[in-house]
Amino acid sequence: MLKFTEDHEWLNIEDGVATVGITAHAAEQLGDLVFVELPDDGSEFDKGAEAATVESVKAASDVFCPLSGTITEVNQAIADDPSLVNSDPMGKGWFFKLKLANPADADALMDQAAYEAHTS
Amino acid sequence: MSEPKTLKETPLAALHRRLDARMVPFAGYAMPVQYPTGIMKEHLATRESAGLFDVSHMGQIFIRAKSGRLEDAALALETTTPVSVAGLKPGRQRYGLFTNERGGILDDFMVANREDHLFLVANAACKQADLENLEARLGETCDVTMVEDRVLLALQGPKAEAVLTSLAPEAAEMRFMDVRTLTLSGVECIVSRSGYTGEDGYEISIPADHAEAIAEALLEKGDVAPAGLGARDSLRLEAGLCLYGNDMDEDTTPVAAALGWAIQKVRRRGGEREGGFPGAEIILAELENGAARTRVGLKPEGRRPIRAETPIYVSDEEKGNPIGSVTSGSFGPSVGGPVAMGHVPADVAVPGKRLYTEIRGDFLPLTVVELPFVAPCYKR
Repeated sequence: MLKFTEDHEWLNIEDGVATVGITAHAAEQLGDLVFVELPDDGSEFDKGAEAATVESVKAASDVFCPLSGTITEVNQAIADDPSLVNSDPMGKGWFFKLKLANPADADALMDQAAYEAHTS
Repeated sequence: MSEPKTLKETPLAALHRRLDARMVPFAGYAMPVQYPTGIMKEHLATRESAGLFDVSHMGQIFIRAKSGRLEDAALALETTTPVSVAGLKPGRQRYGLFTNERGGILDDFMVANREDHLFLVANAACKQADLENLEARLGETCDVTMVEDRVLLALQGPKAEAVLTSLAPEAAEMRFMDVRTLTLSGVECIVSRSGYTGEDGYEISIPADHAEAIAEALLEKGDVAPAGLGARDSLRLEAGLCLYGNDMDEDTTPVAAALGWAIQKVRRRGGEREGGFPGAEIILAELENGAARTRVGLKPEGRRPIRAETPIYVSDEEKGNPIGSVTSGSFGPSVGGPVAMGHVPADVAVPGKRLYTEIRGDFLPLTVVELPFVAPCYKR
């Protein structure tokens, strides 16, 4: 199940665990990323808390935790090579996996059609 | 600074739209910050081949003495700046600073001796104040005109010479800081061999009506990438060049900004035209004794860029009061890591000195380094 937030994050949810990244639209707006700070494995976040930081050549931005949950895995590859987020935001550029505290909360997020309407 | 609601456009706005630039407000103008290729590639293209920048927002100011004698205009301009203008030979350009009574910097600029007049290029955000300052101090003896009907292009990079030479062969004869009138595609342009990237290259002042055709002729050469203000900023930072408003301002003296080199002997103590500019007493004393603080290069450890206004500490153990701050900070695409400049007390301004900054509660080590980060490639 693919969901989107107004903060331009995507969540691919399987069995209550969401793989989270930023959308192609967000990656394009940010420009070339040069630094990514990921959360620690096992850390817990409330919905809307700052979970990661990205820095482009020009500026820093926060990546918010799209739903409440616990980090179960982070994508070290993007910390080593932040350009992966620009080149493949919905694939190799994923940020972290989040075990959702309340999987039903995802129902309130946008689906792809709603997100595309939101950004167009 | 708040931006006015209606932004001015440069005469190249239509070209930027065709090139799909991302426009941002800058000093009252809608300016391209980047094109679809992105800051990183535009930066690297400029270092490896050539980049073309529209910098028409900058102030282009002509100063002519009412007497008709260049020397009168030069001496009049010297009442506003500590640099030697009268010592500038015809067809040559140099870096200058306007100062205030406290010795602070009002703006930095390039000034060229154009034989019968002076030609200045000043910062967009300061140009109106510069014009008022010049009119107040020079108005009696000189005509000071700021033009809005000329485009300023910067063609920068190792292939700039070959590209410009294909339109005007004499471009190859110019050396760093030479200024000439060159005819490009049948149009007389003011061309200087200088820039703001650390690379060889030219700045080209073109009558607005002909600018788009000339910009397109340069871009058609294939080795030239359109580049925006984002790449211009990372290029100048790697080259150790100051940005007005960041690395220097009204409260920073030329010596504190590590720009003492811009003040020639003839204007210093014991020189033939010593002093005679705003803040002279303070600046001349600092040239002999040094300033309490100075601008240095800073290399952050790791990959994380640090940004302007971040505080600098001497120790990561006890926080204490910051001893200075970062004035410019970014990622240097050619360096392949973060680069910064900052102001620190003179006693720690020693290459190799370890300092610290704090980002989100984490102390990040910095090393004071010699500037520039990337060696200049000027053709002297």
